[in-house]
Amino acid sequence: MLLALFWIFAALMLVFGLGVVFFRSPVSSAMSLVMSFVALSALFVTLNAYFIGVIQVLVYAGAVMVLFLFIIMLLDLRAEERRAWNLAAVAGGAAVVLGFVGLLFRVLQSSPIYKMGRAEIWNTHLNDVRQVGFTLFSKFNLPFQIVGVLLLVATIGVVILSRKELK
Amino acid sequence: MSPSLGDYLFVSGLLFAIGLAGVLLRRNILIIFMCLELMLNAANLSLVAFSRYNLTDLGLPNFNAQVFVFFIITVAAAEVAVGLAIIVALYRARRTTHVEDLNRMKF
Repeated sequence: MLLALFWIFAALMLVFGLGVVFFRSPVSSAMSLVMSFVALSALFVTLNAYFIGVIQVLVYAGAVMVLFLFIIMLLDLRAEERRAWNLAAVAGGAAVVLGFVGLLFRVLQSSPIYKMGRAEIWNTHLNDVRQVGFTLFSKFNLPFQIVGVLLLVATIGVVILSRKELK
Repeated sequence: MSPSLGDYLFVSGLLFAIGLAGVLLRRNILIIFMCLELMLNAANLSLVAFSRYNLTDLGLPNFNAQVFVFFIITVAAAEVAVGLAIIVALYRARRTTHVEDLNRMKF
């Protein structure tokens, strides 16, 4: 059952990922990316990472992709759709990607962790939101605060970048 | 019957390869940016898989990896905001989002 669900959502994720690359219109690419992220969050749920799955849908499929769609709407991209593929670039890119996939498959096949199965989680009364929060605020307290500063810097940077005249 | 760790790593590697293909093949800077997000998410998937298959003594997943994924998502959100602001500024200056038209620094 879990195996079937895993392969269904993995296939969905990869097909929509291919859609991002091969759709001509940027809006179709963005919608395809949303579907890919939703399937990925289902994969997180099959890994018992419910919190990360919810965060994935909220932050990526929600906030980040809305931002992408707004920018696509702001810029006039109609002229971009008519361009032909550059054959040399396509051949080179495909060679690099196929080489990467072949190498990855060989490395994974020969590695001892390839067939590693999973043990059951028996400590079920400690849910994962609580555990992630506990780890975040005890072990990773300083990085957490630094990330807060990073978000502030990004916000200020975006405001400055998007003013009408850059001086 | 549950999938093995190798299955997750293989799927995540394929997703990374799709993102890489997009970055190499597409010439629209917005699509390239989306494919970068795809590659970041592939890394997240393999981290969560490692967390689930590497149980601690308490019979729980290793939550360090999930906190790491949380940080990656935060940084990626900041990156998207700044990157899209740069793309909008670029579009205002040059009226294009096509990377082959942006060849001012080409030798």
